[in-house]
Amino acid sequence: MDSRPLLRLTDVGRDFDVSRPWLNRMLEGAPRQLLRAVDMVSFDVARGETLALVGESGCGKSTVARLIVGLYALTRGRIEFDGVDLAAAGAGASALRRRMQMIFQDPYASLNPRWRVRDIVAEPIRVLGLAKSGDEERVRIAALLAQVGLAPEDGEKYPHEFSGGQRQRISIARALSGHPEFLVCDEPTSALDVSVQAQILNLMSELQERLGLTYLFISHNLAVVAHVADRVGVMYLGCIVELANAVTLFKAPRHPYTRLLLDAIPDLGMSGAPRTPVGGEVPNPLAPPAGCAFHPRCPHANQRCRNERPAWRAGVACHAVEEGRL
Amino acid sequence: MSPAPLLEVRDLRVEFPTRRGTLVAVDGVSFAIEPGEVLGVVGESGAGKSLTGMAVIGLLEPPGRIGAGEILLEGRRIDRLPAEEMRRLRGRRIGAIFQDPLTSLNPLYTVGDQLVETIRTHLELDRGQARRRALQLLDEVGIPAPGARIDHYPHQFSGGMRQRVVIALAVAAGPRLIIADEPTTALDVSIQAQIIALLKMLAREHGTAVMLITHDMGVIAETAHRVAVMYAGRIAEIGPVREVLQAPRHPYTVGLMGSIPRLGAGAGKRHARLVQIEGAMPRLNAIPPGCAFHPRCPRRFERCGAERPELLPAGAARASCWLYG
Repeated sequence: MDSRPLLRLTDVGRDFDVSRPWLNRMLEGAPRQLLRAVDMVSFDVARGETLALVGESGCGKSTVARLIVGLYALTRGRIEFDGVDLAAAGAGASALRRRMQMIFQDPYASLNPRWRVRDIVAEPIRVLGLAKSGDEERVRIAALLAQVGLAPEDGEKYPHEFSGGQRQRISIARALSGHPEFLVCDEPTSALDVSVQAQILNLMSELQERLGLTYLFISHNLAVVAHVADRVGVMYLGCIVELANAVTLFKAPRHPYTRLLLDAIPDLGMSGAPRTPVGGEVPNPLAPPAGCAFHPRCPHANQRCRNERPAWRAGVACHAVEEGRL
Repeated sequence: MSPAPLLEVRDLRVEFPTRRGTLVAVDGVSFAIEPGEVLGVVGESGAGKSLTGMAVIGLLEPPGRIGAGEILLEGRRIDRLPAEEMRRLRGRRIGAIFQDPLTSLNPLYTVGDQLVETIRTHLELDRGQARRRALQLLDEVGIPAPGARIDHYPHQFSGGMRQRVVIALAVAAGPRLIIADEPTTALDVSIQAQIIALLKMLAREHGTAVMLITHDMGVIAETAHRVAVMYAGRIAEIGPVREVLQAPRHPYTVGLMGSIPRLGAGAGKRHARLVQIEGAMPRLNAIPPGCAFHPRCPRRFERCGAERPELLPAGAARASCWLYG
């Protein structure tokens, strides 16, 4: 097995221009405004593993997913796939991007309602010219549908004839039809009921084992992440604050924000332990706090946290951890 | 027997007449809630949990209608009240909290105006008194600096703060019953915990009965005293929350609890399979005869497809399952 990481992000950042329209800026003197959606994000994804990114809404996890598959352009940093810088690869980048696919949260929005399922699944095969004949294409589609637990006849139907869980199976079949090695899954089960979520998560782990897939799994649900991930990165306000092996992260969280997230999960075991009430909310990303972005909500913050942004040290970015105060 | 229930629902049936026959979305649902009690109602989409709540507050959207059954609030039937009387009852005796706080708030009025209007609609207070009450409510639901925030518009609040305002509106007239339909679903986990703590505090301190409708078992585990699990418009199992979550009796509840990924023992252990319930919930036009769950049930036997089970005692809970017949 190749020991180089399949995907490597180095100091990746993306800004969005959220300025008022040009005329307003001219007349009212309003300044340009940049929203720093993702900043200084670095991580590796090894072949065959599942790396999960968790965080609350607006933390930038979906932006990272979209940067990787090329739906957004990078503002800063570099992304390497299989050792090749995607920005420098030029025409070669699309050949590399073929090896990755994305599964989206909402299976109602991500499938074209006017296409039959077989055409939806066949699109990557046709675009990439993977089938030599119509017969070969049909055989492949039937195999893909069977692989995700659908019947070959389902190919003749339209998306509206399926339930949410079945639609997500169609999305997975489509993602797999171009033979990708790497799947970016952006909240793939968040729109589904728990019993359907269990079916999809089981399917995804079977497929990973059978096809040797590598997953980047984006989710806000820590219990789901604990179930699927080998390693977990926790994001807050555009940055990764902690990245660790899943077992370690859930057993011994280090960053105060990771602890907060873990404490905030409702306890199904009903141990009676009250959830630690956490004050405050995620700050406005247009005016992020100085120093450590988490300091206004952090019970361990001191003067240094308010002034100085913590550096990334051994899997965590926190002054309190670094100084041994935590 | 315990004190008289605050809300009693008997054999409720909600139906939708269509050209191709009548669809029954809620079928033979009975339960009661006592003062100060939080009853959780869980189920997956289409199980009929929200429709049950809407029937209780009289907000079923036509052509949906109550086809049969009775709803009693403090011993009085409210399912046949004229619209005007029902409207007075809502807000005064029954408060409602919905998933999306933005749809419950008028964007054109300040939070204070909306509170004052609600308070004065239901209580005999002058403007000054109503405003003082509004400030007190905002403080009670945990809005910092209520004096400064009362004259802000809804868009100036964050999602969690908006839901607090909605809760303040719901409890403004001191209702006896609160229907909360997915109150935390649109919120991030760290905010969820705050809203749940608030709902519990209100139920405890004011003796308000709460019907908490959600798909999230975690929220139920933390908040509810008893829980009703719904499937295909019927109650599959109802009982004390600890009993139902930790020793579920109905095979559907067993499957549902097993399908939830958990932190703790298995955390970080990849490839452990989740319990899977095969198939999907039936559509309303194709609800199987007998027990609605029997085609998916791993423990079905002959009687299940032939005869519909009533709620039968199963441990400290009751389950509509012939295993306990």
